[in-house]
Amino acid sequence: MDDNILEMRSITKTFPGVKALEDVSLTVRRGEVHAICGENGAGKSTLMKVLSGVYPAGTYDGEIVFDGDVCRFSGIRDSEHVGIAIIHQELALVPYLSIAENIFLGNERRGRGGLINWHKVNAEASELLESVGLREKAITPVGQLGVGKQQLVEIAKALSKDVKLLILDEPTAALNDTDSAHLLGLIRKLQERGITSIIISHKLNEITAIADNVTIIRDGQTVETLSLHAGEVTQERIIRGMVGRDLESYYPERESHPGEEVLRVEDWTVKHPTQERLVVDHASFSVRAGEVVGIAGLMGAGRTELAMSIFGRSYGRHVSGQVFMHGKEVKTRNVSEAIDKGIAYATEDRKKYGLNLIEDIRRNVSAAGLGKLSRRGWVNGNEETKVAEASRKSMNIKAPSVSSIVGKLSGGNQQKVVLSKWLYTDPDVLILDEPTRGIDVGAKYEIYTIINDLVAAGKAVVVISSELPELLGTCDRVYTLSAGQITGEVPVREATQESLMALMTKERELAA
Amino acid sequence: MTRTVPPEAGQTPTNADFKPTQGGQSGSGHIRELLRSNLRTSGIYVAFVAIVALFAFLTDGTLLSAGNVTNLVLQYSYILVLAIGMVIVIIAGHIDLSVGSVVALTGAVSAVLVIQQGWPWWGGALAAIAVGLAVGAWHGFWVAYVGIPAFIVTLAGMLLFRGLTLQVLDNVSLSPFPPEYRDVASGFLNGLLGGNGYDAFTLLIGAVAVAGYAVSGWRSRSARARYGQPVESMALFIAKVVAVGVVVMAFAWQLANARGLPIVLIILGVLAITYSLITKNTVFGRQVYAIGGNLSAATLSGVKVRAVNFWIFVNMGFLAAVAGIIYSSRSNGAQPAAGEMFELDAIAAAFIGGAAVTGGVGTVVGAMVGGLIMAVMSNGMSLLGVDQSIQSVVKGLVLLLAVAFDVYNKRRAGASR
Repeated sequence: MDDNILEMRSITKTFPGVKALEDVSLTVRRGEVHAICGENGAGKSTLMKVLSGVYPAGTYDGEIVFDGDVCRFSGIRDSEHVGIAIIHQELALVPYLSIAENIFLGNERRGRGGLINWHKVNAEASELLESVGLREKAITPVGQLGVGKQQLVEIAKALSKDVKLLILDEPTAALNDTDSAHLLGLIRKLQERGITSIIISHKLNEITAIADNVTIIRDGQTVETLSLHAGEVTQERIIRGMVGRDLESYYPERESHPGEEVLRVEDWTVKHPTQERLVVDHASFSVRAGEVVGIAGLMGAGRTELAMSIFGRSYGRHVSGQVFMHGKEVKTRNVSEAIDKGIAYATEDRKKYGLNLIEDIRRNVSAAGLGKLSRRGWVNGNEETKVAEASRKSMNIKAPSVSSIVGKLSGGNQQKVVLSKWLYTDPDVLILDEPTRGIDVGAKYEIYTIINDLVAAGKAVVVISSELPELLGTCDRVYTLSAGQITGEVPVREATQESLMALMTKERELAA
Repeated sequence: MTRTVPPEAGQTPTNADFKPTQGGQSGSGHIRELLRSNLRTSGIYVAFVAIVALFAFLTDGTLLSAGNVTNLVLQYSYILVLAIGMVIVIIAGHIDLSVGSVVALTGAVSAVLVIQQGWPWWGGALAAIAVGLAVGAWHGFWVAYVGIPAFIVTLAGMLLFRGLTLQVLDNVSLSPFPPEYRDVASGFLNGLLGGNGYDAFTLLIGAVAVAGYAVSGWRSRSARARYGQPVESMALFIAKVVAVGVVVMAFAWQLANARGLPIVLIILGVLAITYSLITKNTVFGRQVYAIGGNLSAATLSGVKVRAVNFWIFVNMGFLAAVAGIIYSSRSNGAQPAAGEMFELDAIAAAFIGGAAVTGGVGTVVGAMVGGLIMAVMSNGMSLLGVDQSIQSVVKGLVLLLAVAFDVYNKRRAGASR
């Protein structure tokens, strides 16, 4: 007999003018790890919001059966009450409160007279931390933990509420490989304890490694549910379901014709803004015209810090070293100087640092190149629209017009807006920090194609990425960074994931 | 840049990314769509018309009588001047609590120089503006270069400059100003072209304003067409010009029938147009919106955030000085308690006019209309003999509702995702 912990039957959810979900069904068996796959905007998050009661019963059609009972949640509290916990992509922890306080936030263990017995709370928190494999004191403020550890605190919080069904939305998107592996191990351990998990992820290798079944959603409809047990379902098979076609290759082919050296950085050294340590330690690298150079490093290796400090000293203190453009030394003391010298930097966190989400595509595309659009301080608004319109077409940004608000676009389209912005400044070298983070397979392919077009047009491109296959698939050369030092430079023909990983984890050499 | 999209990648069926909203292309459907999509900005105009109509009805038309329309302009001009500067400060994500004190200080400096020292009227006005710029630079320095939140800096400024006002005035009121100085706020241009019981010059200026609106509208319309962008239908364009023309000419007619064209209205008009253009069409204006919308993204796009913030406050100081001159001129002297609570009126005007509490959103015109809503309500309620205490309650509720409307709109926009 089937023992299903959750059945969502023909869920239909409409927003004014848009059908976000149409007749979607999802069946999750008790004790399994169930993956949900789909491109951005396919409706995964909407489905989870229906399930967790963010969209209360009555605002959608269809039926939710959890643990044998038909449920009508009117809010998150209701779904939490029956044992459903959802962990969002953006973590919901209070940085200044301790781990224990966060775990029991909104669910405080009250003792006599309504007062909280902190000894008991901290003891309980320590037990929970042990069960998720987090070796930290319960009284440590959450803000001092890295993203990976914060995720574990979230899970501990869910466990404190006697969770039966744990939903993880893109849990490993911001994690490095070690932390990801730990998290996946933890999900398996929870499975042994009888906790069912739903995991939404773009990382197909993780899904095939951990999930029992995968449900694929496309354009607001269920495409299929595949069992991963037989081992016949490959990543390519899942992608075919997600995009409705075969993707011959993740990475478009490109011929490599490197030309003159464009950017060279020598002896670059950056101190942490508040601590007395070097985040970037005498790093040197170069990139040539028509070349894609990768920078590989684990989280905390100093990749972003290296890029941002070069880009107008946007990070760190006591920055020293030299930057050469086309063989001549240049100063990049602030961002506008760096832009003038032909450097562009697309950040890893486009929502926080890359875009003005409340403005439209046009204003975002022009944001870094207003100087070119203006005379004596007056902006030519029509020219601006024309430029944005041209980007929308050439980049294939999917939006009704350039007046569409950027915050409402999907991740892939937002990233194309960021790239449009930087291309309009007409840079010689583009530094792309995690250019495909959190965007779907189809859009990734488009971004790679754009990168290829850029180098074909003679630009120099630096790609910083946590995903080694991405570096191997797009770059000509890869530098490895470990603890702020460049530990290797490998032509991509000779590189493998294993060899790069070995260099990335190489012990820090003592500075002479 | 051109790029070739492989057909299979180009046709990725990700149409769930967005679905075009259903909007009819027919005339009325178009207008409705326009109104709905711009509810946040258009709502304020609808509210303004409704409030004017309501009070015109309640006061049996007295609100719109020639004398009262003139009074409205004279009485609230300095709040509108402050609202222009305040909305720019608010768009950038700051606040300025000091403007009332700065109004008092600049007026006091001017009064001391003109009344006590016998300077010419323009000498006093220039000195007031110099003081305003200095105050703005002081605020700008602490906010932009030291990094102290504007709330604190200007709260300190509110106390500081009130105290300096008392020092400058030696704690007593000064009056009266010479007639030339008084004309800034209470003077009229009248009889320049003669007229038959009404001032022809005022009507001419009104007509010039309407013509200017029509021409600039036409030019931007044809420029948009040249760049191949969608433009509103000709009928809608003409309807807009006619509507504006009727309102402006009716307003000018009422002024012409009273005392003529107030000088302060000219000052106000010039400031409104200039600052509208600055916020919309200059690099500086764009950078203000960019800073308020996402500070980090603006910084990483090469915006010199410190300089922009500095000049925002210098500008606020300048406009506070202009308001200070107008206010001292209107009250024909300087008082130690001048300008108290002006900051709150200016802040309220900006928020009622659609500025967002979180920054990045707002317009100069919106703030002026917000200020006019407050002005019409105060004036209308005064005409009705409503007690000051009740007026305060009503104004408070209107401010609250305006921001609640904004928040509701935002939430609805977010939910339709």
